[in-house]
Amino acid sequence: MSSSPAAARRAPPSEGSPAPALASLACRSCGARFDPGPVAVCEACLGPLEPAYGPERALPSRDEIAPRPHSIWRYREWLPILGQPVVSLDTGFTPLLDSPALAQALGVRRVLVKNDAVSHPTASFKDRVVAVALNAAAGLGIDTVGCASTGNLANALAAQAARAGLPAWIFVPEDLEVAKVVGTSVYGPRLVRVRGTYDDVNRLCAQLADRFGWGLVNLNLRAYYGEGSKTMAFEIAEQLGWRLPDAVVAPMAGGSLLTKLDKGFHEFLDAGLVQGRPPRMYGAQAEGCSPIVDLVHRGGDAIRPVVPRTIARSIAIGNPADGASAAAAIRRTGGSAAAVSDDDLVAGIRLLAETTGVFTETAGGATVAGALSLARAGRIRASDEVVLCITGNGLKTIEAVQPALREAPVVSAKVREVAALVDA
Amino acid sequence: MPVTLRLPTVLAGAAGGNTVHQARGATVGDVVADVASRYPELGTRLRGPNGEPYPYVIFYLDDEDIRFRQGFATPVRDGAEIVVVPAIAGG
Repeated sequence: MSSSPAAARRAPPSEGSPAPALASLACRSCGARFDPGPVAVCEACLGPLEPAYGPERALPSRDEIAPRPHSIWRYREWLPILGQPVVSLDTGFTPLLDSPALAQALGVRRVLVKNDAVSHPTASFKDRVVAVALNAAAGLGIDTVGCASTGNLANALAAQAARAGLPAWIFVPEDLEVAKVVGTSVYGPRLVRVRGTYDDVNRLCAQLADRFGWGLVNLNLRAYYGEGSKTMAFEIAEQLGWRLPDAVVAPMAGGSLLTKLDKGFHEFLDAGLVQGRPPRMYGAQAEGCSPIVDLVHRGGDAIRPVVPRTIARSIAIGNPADGASAAAAIRRTGGSAAAVSDDDLVAGIRLLAETTGVFTETAGGATVAGALSLARAGRIRASDEVVLCITGNGLKTIEAVQPALREAPVVSAKVREVAALVDA
Repeated sequence: MPVTLRLPTVLAGAAGGNTVHQARGATVGDVVADVASRYPELGTRLRGPNGEPYPYVIFYLDDEDIRFRQGFATPVRDGAEIVVVPAIAGG
């Protein structure tokens, strides 16, 4: 079968860098196979497409991975870009931080923070998925890219498209945080603010993908794009010394990250790079937008969409495309999910900062607060080694946390005024 | 006045090669049934085995997700627009 929407074609990104070949695609639902293309749904049943990796492909050993550059591409055999990537070569391999103080707060054996708040180049895990999507765009000869975004993806696509010399059309909800708007506009894309929620933006972009033939990274390039999230799982396993943690907690928006983390852990198990049980997967959402948490607790396989009402805009997706898949991964691995209030997620931001020295955005606050809730409920066990996936940087959402912080005193440049503060 | 039904490109092949169709009906389900009567293959990708909305598509009536209203039982007005979007998108 061939792909349907024809995308515009362009020359490879630079001479001497041939456009990479791409993995073919297969339907997760009915198994139908498709040639590589800018298409994310199956023509036969409309199910989601995923890359079809050749089972006969040669996979590297730990020793062969070790000397490779510290980027997502050290795991390229598990990514849908065949051969060498040509753009966004230096994204990935963020720190995995041990946090004894946070472990004590949660009452668990050990906590590690996977810190994508310092992801390169735009301080969120979306750098990973965009890096893969832009190489897919290069492989398909697509000359204009775009996305529907709650902010972090907008930042990542704007920056990486600018570097690759690609025009980008980026659509966001009108009420996005200032830092995310500025952190997109500065790279010079065509940024469009849409009246409505992210789900309205998403619907619009689904129609635009058909109309203009752009490569919209999280729509018609989604089959490639989503695979980039697996690299967070690969890095966690390698940074732990080629082993798996007991539990992983991730924020949930569209549900793709958690689903792909689980897939990544299983792929490393299948490859024999790690042994043991796959981690239990735990998801966190804000109470004002928690359709996946609802599905986990309610059972069944159909998301009930909601209209988001939360300050955690980066995870405010009321109609999550991969929500059912995320809920299934949580149930299959024996994990759980928690929804937290906006006050609690702000407290989570502060707890992570004060215990670990990491300033995360609202999604990270939900992750920390969700982990705290799940640990107190006994869903995460006291004996667990837990990895918290911190997916974005707090400097992007300072308005969320600023009201909760103590105002700094102002003094004259006199010792006695500071002494008064010390003695107070 | 008929209702306009807009399909994603991926469904055009099952609908005579067209993504825009005029149809009639008092509810979203009626409109879908009208188009499905002309294109039976399309019908299987808009409705599940029990006549419910097919799980891999989302129906918007005048920009509103019909799941926030009455699903296929949602009444439609003359001149309304129903947009069908694949469910696997975004995030």
